[in-house]
Amino acid sequence: MFLDLTISVLTQGLLYALLAYGIFITYKILDFPDLTVDGSFPLGAAVTAVLLNRGVNCYATIPIAMAAGALAGLITGLIHVRFRIRDLLAGIITMTALFSVNLQIAGSNLAVPREIDTVFTSSLTEKLTGGAPLAVKKLIVAVIIAVIAKIVIDLYFRTKSGLLLRATGSNGTFVTTLAKDKGSMKILGLVIADTLVALSGCLVCQEQRAFAATMGTGQMVFGLAAVIIGTTLFKKLSFIKGTTCALVGSVIYKACIQLAINLGLPTNLLKLVTAVLFLVILVVGNVRKGAHENA
Amino acid sequence: MLELKDIKKIYNPGLITEMCLFDGFSLTVPDGEFLSIVGSNGSGKTSLLNIICGSIPIQRGSVTVNGEDITGKKEYKRYRNFGRVYQDPAMGTCKDLTLLENMSLADNKNRHCGLGGAVNKKRADFYKEQLATIGLGLEDKLHVRVGSLSGGQRQAAALIMATMNPIDFLILDEHTAALDPKTADIIMEITDRRVKEMGLTTVMVTHNLRYACEYGSRLIMMDKGQIVMDKAGAEKQNTDTKDILAMFNAISIECGN
Ligand SMILES: Nc1ncnc2c1ncn2[C@@H]1O[C@H](COP(=O)(O)OP(=O)(O)OP(=O)(O)O)[C@@H](O)[C@H]1O
Ligand SMILES: [Mg+2]
Repeated sequence: MFLDLTISVLTQGLLYALLAYGIFITYKILDFPDLTVDGSFPLGAAVTAVLLNRGVNCYATIPIAMAAGALAGLITGLIHVRFRIRDLLAGIITMTALFSVNLQIAGSNLAVPREIDTVFTSSLTEKLTGGAPLAVKKLIVAVIIAVIAKIVIDLYFRTKSGLLLRATGSNGTFVTTLAKDKGSMKILGLVIADTLVALSGCLVCQEQRAFAATMGTGQMVFGLAAVIIGTTLFKKLSFIKGTTCALVGSVIYKACIQLAINLGLPTNLLKLVTAVLFLVILVVGNVRKGAHENA
Repeated sequence: MLELKDIKKIYNPGLITEMCLFDGFSLTVPDGEFLSIVGSNGSGKTSLLNIICGSIPIQRGSVTVNGEDITGKKEYKRYRNFGRVYQDPAMGTCKDLTLLENMSLADNKNRHCGLGGAVNKKRADFYKEQLATIGLGLEDKLHVRVGSLSGGQRQAAALIMATMNPIDFLILDEHTAALDPKTADIIMEITDRRVKEMGLTTVMVTHNLRYACEYGSRLIMMDKGQIVMDKAGAEKQNTDTKDILAMFNAISIECGN
């Protein structure tokens, strides 16, 4: 029982870590609070649910969902950069629009029937994992994807483009004097981030075999919390990468929520607990910072 | 050659805080000239540099470099041919990256930033060599986060980075103002050396009258968006800080304070 729960929490944490990577890029690197997430996460799920139901191969849904997420990020980026709309508002506009778009894509809440293969039940996964139980299969697939994504992101930040993206978030004026368009860099960062978020949505949909119109609510706050938990935890260890922080933060967060549910918390109160937890994390982070500055 | 013609600049147009700073302002800076600009606070020096670099929009007039009208050209594109150092050392470098990463970025200024490796280890010796010319020991700090360098060190790095690529124009906005007198002297020396080595056309704003007199080939004083003094050549060589100070005072008295 306890083992089952641990495996499930780990799987959740890893699948949602992809979303947290996205938030890490927008929030930590670009200093851009990207609310698109609440729309691009269910967008990835909606696209996936529809495609799976239409008989599209489960692996083929991944790039398509990611492309949809990229488009969402692109739209927020263009609204912010070309129309000079404030970052938060740009994200809210896209997120709001996506709520309808997602329902338009999926019709309504949409289930993926048992007989349809997902990346967790495909024959490839079967071969890879032998006769392992479904929960273990899910965990293995989640580990593989979360680790590959982490490595790719880490490698990207060592490229010229990745370094320029880091500089854009830190000092836009500097990037301009280097004859580079900081607006395009912001758009690029949003595209990358929302691609990851939609990937997360795609995999979560395949894991739970369902798209729900409301599944995006609070995802940005979750991602922020994961990133902040992770970075606060590893603050003293500067060699730990931001992506690792996001991954660990995501797992811890999911574990906390699971714990709360096990302690008998009604699911209706989940978002309330999420908000309070997030507040606590922020306050603790501030207190620590204050202590540091006074020291 | 840098030419500003008939510039009109209004801040907050249409609002109650509307302020017309420049109206019919013109200035020509020939190739190879080192122009120093002095003037009281709020006289429009920074605004002038911002207009040259395209950081702020203007209502009328044109900016021309080397015969090309760049009035409508985006700010970031102008920097392909411009180097700029700001008063605030935090502006010209990226504090969250190491000095090596900063130098690498500057090294890629006019190249495409794709998926190639960001830091080319082979170039590290070249960066060290460049940094060693300053004599502040920065060549041993390549792996230090720039945010933990002192203001003077950061400003020196910013200057090196701004002049690392082949450019024609160097724009300096009180780039020694935040530094202690000794470091300021060092930075000013390096500036002068770089300008001469690279044959840069330079526009330097400064509140340091001694620098304005000692360095550069032309000196202008600004007041309320207008040029009130313009000395070049032998006339500039014979100007000393007392003359400039006298002019400053004359303007203030006209204003009645
Ligand atoms: N963004 C802005 N909005 C409104 N007014 C501005 C703005 N920037 C500058 N001004 C006004 O334009 C005038 C000139 O400002 P500017 O910064 O160019 O002066 P300066 O000569 O650089 O002064 P200092 O020596 O203090 O740096 C000032 O009166 C200032 O109030
Ligand atoms: Mg100024």
